[in-house]
Amino acid sequence: MKAGNKVEVKNLNLYYGDHHALKDIKLKIKSHSVTAFIGPSGCGKSTFLRTLNRMNDLIEGVKITGEVCIDEKNIYDDSLDVVALRKRVGMVFQRPNPFPMSIYDNIAYGPRVHGIKKKNILDGIVEKSLCQSALWEEVKDRLHKPALGLSGGQQQRLCIARVLAVEPDILLMDEPTSALDPISTLKIEELVQELKKYFTIAIVTHNMQQAARISDDTAYFLNGEIIEHNDTEVIFTNPQDKRTEDYITGRFG
Amino acid sequence: MRESFEEELKSLQQDILQMGSLVESMLAKAVESLKNQDSKLAQEVIKMEEDIDRQEKLIEQNCLRLIATQQPLAKDLRKIVAGFKIITDLERMADYCEDIANITLRLADKPLIKPLIDLPRMSAITQKMVKSALDSYVYEDVELAYKMCKNDDTVDHIYAQIFRELLTYMMEDPKTISQATSLLFTGRYIERIADHATNIGERVIYLVTGEKKELND
Repeated sequence: MKAGNKVEVKNLNLYYGDHHALKDIKLKIKSHSVTAFIGPSGCGKSTFLRTLNRMNDLIEGVKITGEVCIDEKNIYDDSLDVVALRKRVGMVFQRPNPFPMSIYDNIAYGPRVHGIKKKNILDGIVEKSLCQSALWEEVKDRLHKPALGLSGGQQQRLCIARVLAVEPDILLMDEPTSALDPISTLKIEELVQELKKYFTIAIVTHNMQQAARISDDTAYFLNGEIIEHNDTEVIFTNPQDKRTEDYITGRFG
Repeated sequence: MRESFEEELKSLQQDILQMGSLVESMLAKAVESLKNQDSKLAQEVIKMEEDIDRQEKLIEQNCLRLIATQQPLAKDLRKIVAGFKIITDLERMADYCEDIANITLRLADKPLIKPLIDLPRMSAITQKMVKSALDSYVYEDVELAYKMCKNDDTVDHIYAQIFRELLTYMMEDPKTISQATSLLFTGRYIERIADHATNIGERVIYLVTGEKKELND
């Protein structure tokens, strides 16, 4: 629980073949903060989010230069264990994607992969994760029912619980509410506020009001560059760059 | 992009400008009614105040609607918030004008203890301040806002002078006290109107630069 910067990105460049998708990104993310990435489609914000747990490694033709340091260690170092990295840096996607198994098994899946077998320990992890993701009260009586029977908003909170079950440090969220109704959206937003006590959170969102509501810092991406990174309050009341102003006031795009 | 919203912001500014011009002419008429002991003109000012209240409510409603339906951000947001505050300043100014008109009515049947020279002078400067304040809002002219605020010192200065002068009248002849206090209040009201004009200047500076400056010292 060290104060200061959890993530520090130094001169990060990413190429999809010939396409220069991220240009010389420099960014610091404070511990226990929520940082929102905003920008028009194709600006590189999701690509950037995925560089934080090396999800881009799986895409053919990607070349990356520069450093992404988490707790002052470069995660692109050759000696790094990528599986351990993804355990520390969890990710939630746009569409809820529960496994076609029971609620309980969805959450126990990760810990089991990491070698936890004892039922009482797994029970504890399942309950704790579901409580943290504010789903426990709604599902505690049907833990062994199929996860796909839950509503969209519940499924998304289940996916968050599944990430929390392996006790990550950092939570990456790629438009986690864009497929949800307003009430489920608010629940997730409330949850983010609660979760930042325990984790460092980075979130990509197309919803400007959402970024304004839930984040501490906001970074505005355009054409693979970070145009402005500042306190969220400054970005939304008095942005320093004309291009940020044009984007958030809807005069561009 | 967002053309109808742009139009709405423009018409919001126009409405505020119109409300402001009305206040400007209220001040001119109120002081003139006092100077010429013109009860009819004073009545007119009192009637105008109702109009101002109506306009304030309308503009306020408009601001609220724009915030609720357009979720404005950055400069758009500052523009609306500045407008929201400016109409409160304007409404207070109109109240002071009405107060002056009421003094006119009260003093109507007695001759003035002295011809009024400094109060109209003070009022003229203040009217100019109100006009400049509104111009600086509409043209987003920070320099004009700063320049306008400087005039507040002149207004304060004239007010201090009026205060001293009326004090001598009251000391010489206690029978003047009642009227002299009314005139003193008038000076005070005009001085407050000038303060509200500098408030508008501060809002304009916030609107344009995003910084909050204190110009009333």
